[in-house]
Amino acid sequence: MPEPLALYVHWPFCLSRCPYCDFNSHVRERIDERRFRAALLADLAWEAGRLGPRPLASIFFGGGTPSLMSPETVAALIEAATRAFPPATPPEITLEANPTSVEAAKLAGFRAAGVNRISLGIQALDDSALAFLGRRHSAAQALAALETARALFPRASFDLIYARPGQTRAAWRAELRRALAFGLDHLSLYQLTIEPGTPFARLHDRGELVLPGEDAQAALYRATEEEAARAGLAPYEVSNYAAPGAESRHNLAYWRYLDYAGIGPGAHGRIMVGGRLTATARVRAPEAWAEAVERRGHGVREEEELSAAARAREALLMGLRLAEGIDPARFLARTGVALADALDPAALAAAEAEGLVARTTAGGIATTRAGRLRLDALLPRLVR
Amino acid sequence: MTDTPLHLIRNFSIIAHIDHGKSTLADRLIQACGALSEREMKDQVLDSMEIERERGITIKAQTVRLIYPAKDGNTYELNLMDTPGHVDFAYEVSRSLAACEGSLLVVDASQGVEAQTLANVYQAIEAGHEIVPVLNKIDLPAAEPDRVKTQIEDVIGLPADDAVMISAKTGLNIEGVLEAIVTRLPPPQGDAAAPTKALLVDSWYDAYLGVVILVRVKDGRLRKGQRIRFMSTGAVHTVEATGIFTPKMVPVEDLGPGEIGYITAGIKTVADCKVGDTITDDRNPAAEPLPGFKPSVPVVWCGLYPTDADDFEKLRESLAKLRLNDASFHYEPETSAALGFGFRCGFLGLLHLEIVQERLMREFDLDLIATAPSVVYRIHRTDGTVMELHNPADMPDGSVIDHIEEPWIKATIFVPDDYLGAILTLCNERRGQQVDLTYVGNRAMAVYRLPLNEVVFDFYDRLKSVSRGYASFDYAMDGYAEADLVKITILVNGDPVDALSFIAHRSQAEKRGRAICEKLKELIPRQLFKIAIQAAIGGRVIARETISALSKDVTAKCYGGDITRKRKLLEKQKEGKKRMRQFGKVEIPQTAFLAALKMDA
Repeated sequence: MPEPLALYVHWPFCLSRCPYCDFNSHVRERIDERRFRAALLADLAWEAGRLGPRPLASIFFGGGTPSLMSPETVAALIEAATRAFPPATPPEITLEANPTSVEAAKLAGFRAAGVNRISLGIQALDDSALAFLGRRHSAAQALAALETARALFPRASFDLIYARPGQTRAAWRAELRRALAFGLDHLSLYQLTIEPGTPFARLHDRGELVLPGEDAQAALYRATEEEAARAGLAPYEVSNYAAPGAESRHNLAYWRYLDYAGIGPGAHGRIMVGGRLTATARVRAPEAWAEAVERRGHGVREEEELSAAARAREALLMGLRLAEGIDPARFLARTGVALADALDPAALAAAEAEGLVARTTAGGIATTRAGRLRLDALLPRLVR
Repeated sequence: MTDTPLHLIRNFSIIAHIDHGKSTLADRLIQACGALSEREMKDQVLDSMEIERERGITIKAQTVRLIYPAKDGNTYELNLMDTPGHVDFAYEVSRSLAACEGSLLVVDASQGVEAQTLANVYQAIEAGHEIVPVLNKIDLPAAEPDRVKTQIEDVIGLPADDAVMISAKTGLNIEGVLEAIVTRLPPPQGDAAAPTKALLVDSWYDAYLGVVILVRVKDGRLRKGQRIRFMSTGAVHTVEATGIFTPKMVPVEDLGPGEIGYITAGIKTVADCKVGDTITDDRNPAAEPLPGFKPSVPVVWCGLYPTDADDFEKLRESLAKLRLNDASFHYEPETSAALGFGFRCGFLGLLHLEIVQERLMREFDLDLIATAPSVVYRIHRTDGTVMELHNPADMPDGSVIDHIEEPWIKATIFVPDDYLGAILTLCNERRGQQVDLTYVGNRAMAVYRLPLNEVVFDFYDRLKSVSRGYASFDYAMDGYAEADLVKITILVNGDPVDALSFIAHRSQAEKRGRAICEKLKELIPRQLFKIAIQAAIGGRVIARETISALSKDVTAKCYGGDITRKRKLLEKQKEGKKRMRQFGKVEIPQTAFLAALKMDA
């Protein structure tokens, strides 16, 4: 029984760069969409060739700004993917979209192309915050796009960024309540993070951008959990909240450390090939990636067969983000290492005693809410 | 080159405070006598070790032979002995001085006499030296030669009327210095026919030659093939080579009375070559050794531990290599519950300690943790026995201690009037007892007795800061005295961190305990658990700080594309954990240790 496959498709272009973002995104005056569509299809075909038929579980169009693609391109990719990897059950097909009016107008086309889940990059419900975050849409436009999306797609989610400079707990609670009032069953709620090399990082270094302190961030996080819980959304992952059953299946594949293939510029994958777990990375720069595909049929820059130790570390660092924790049988199957052997027993005992980690009913482990909030400090201790 | 008649030899050293121009003058003398070509001439030729150059201090005695055709028509052999310039090496200095008959006293014509100058000049007087005062930097606008001359006469008691006025920097009147050496310093005495008697001035390890010994021949000769005996140990070796420094090493046939040079004799470690020892001929030995030999005794001890436990063997090897070249430092294995395996190391003083640490880090590429320096206490037990305590962690239980003695020093401090008040306050805070206070112009000279323990604890830094760098300081050991001393233990979440425990006078205990707790609170990052830091005397807590638990530390976004980067970061963090020390479940970063151990009072 071949492994189900999660497929990630990267569209690397944006209309402008947001000052907090360090993703592989690029601004171009003109984009040769036909060329990039052809290259994506070729990259996909090459991947399908070596992976062989597997049941497609999900597709995720990420970026960049995938809603800048034409619906025809999206349709062609979905069509090719489902042909190469015939799904056993209807796959989850997510597309990230920006809530500008232009993109909102394309949503029907994406739905027609086969997208069944939309993830809107709303980021804030406040115009001055949106300006600060470098977004090209207003709160009103975002809400209009959200209405359109909800009407079109069976599933919808959106992103917000909180812990912004000067943001009080009361202000965030109010903003979040408005967001939750739309009654969606999924939200991604991220704390603002300063990523190296971004315009925000430069402001931060100069002391012109000051984030809330650690304790304030912790309080904001707790407030987020409380508000989400009130609306029936549980934090199934550090920054992702969903009603039961509404979790992003595609993203769960990452955190459960299941097989995923990544095509397009800079996309990463973890795929089992011939019983060996391989990390794949594609050429980052869009044009260089396209040239590579045109020249040799695929955009792979680097492939590395992961050692058991590396697999175990990756499975831990991803799995401990999840409220459900790590399933020991799956962990062993994916990494070749028993869960107990991947952990430092003394550190585990101490973390359990401190209420940071708990045993799951399946005999695995999971971080508690307290542990999840401190995961970056916990991991290096826990991991053997 | 041999057989220079005694009356044509002059052996001399240069006494000066740091920055008063000793090295520059030495360079000028070498240049004037054409010992080195222009190309070979680099500033401060004699200070060859990297650390010496950077800090402007000399650690090893070095020497250079100069050939000077004097105005009287004779050509003289001048041996310049560059002595170690710090109180830590007082004994080494005294042996270097014993190899000479005279000294140049170099004083900055604007700065005047400093504490260090004074200590060294007294040593030179004690060694029976003829002393020629030299006023340097007389070309500077701030120069006050007359005032400084008076100061030399008042403070040191040396006539300074005919002091040689120079500028080593511009080369002004270097000739005058050379003439003064020839006309005013006495030639050496000696008997070429008597049994060989040579003073071992210093030794160092050379990768190609083995141990090189710097000697001053008093009587008889040293030559290749000769069987020699070290009189303190009785060890016998065969001389493989004799030579002189120009300052390059140049072999000569033999070394005769009055001469300074080097020998090699197939010796493997400098520990076998004790400074101050007498070298004689094995078959025709001298009846008596030269006077003044004493083995060096460490006065300051600290623990040195590798940051990475895997480096223990490397540290052991490095210490052994270092000792090849520095017999005055001692080491023995030691274990610490907090720091693992390391060494207890003894030094001649604080500068010596710093130099050794720095060399270990720099030359041997070792990351080290050094525990707080400790002096040697004498513990008198109730059963009448006495133990020497090098490590606070070894302090016996109070019930078996009758009383404790601590070492004292006699410190001489020179300081401009304006800062005298601050200096006296500092000395009093450190339990100092004033011995003398005199003024010379607008400068004061304070002589204090101080417990050495109070000095190893950042005294020097404080002295510099309260005097804005104007105070100069020197000290000599001055016996032991009973004191009310207590051991302060630092506890992290209830676990004693042995490496941080220290001994202090009861009157200072609380203040220091509090200071170190506050410092650790600053230095230890928040962790997953609340951390209590306490200072205690026995079971009594005298200070306490709490570090609250980490409240949030998690990456907000982590998806399929981030995983490789996150794994590599995790691997780096795991590697970084090696730089942490574990106390119970608390991790203390190396940097916190270093800073806490260096902290100000």
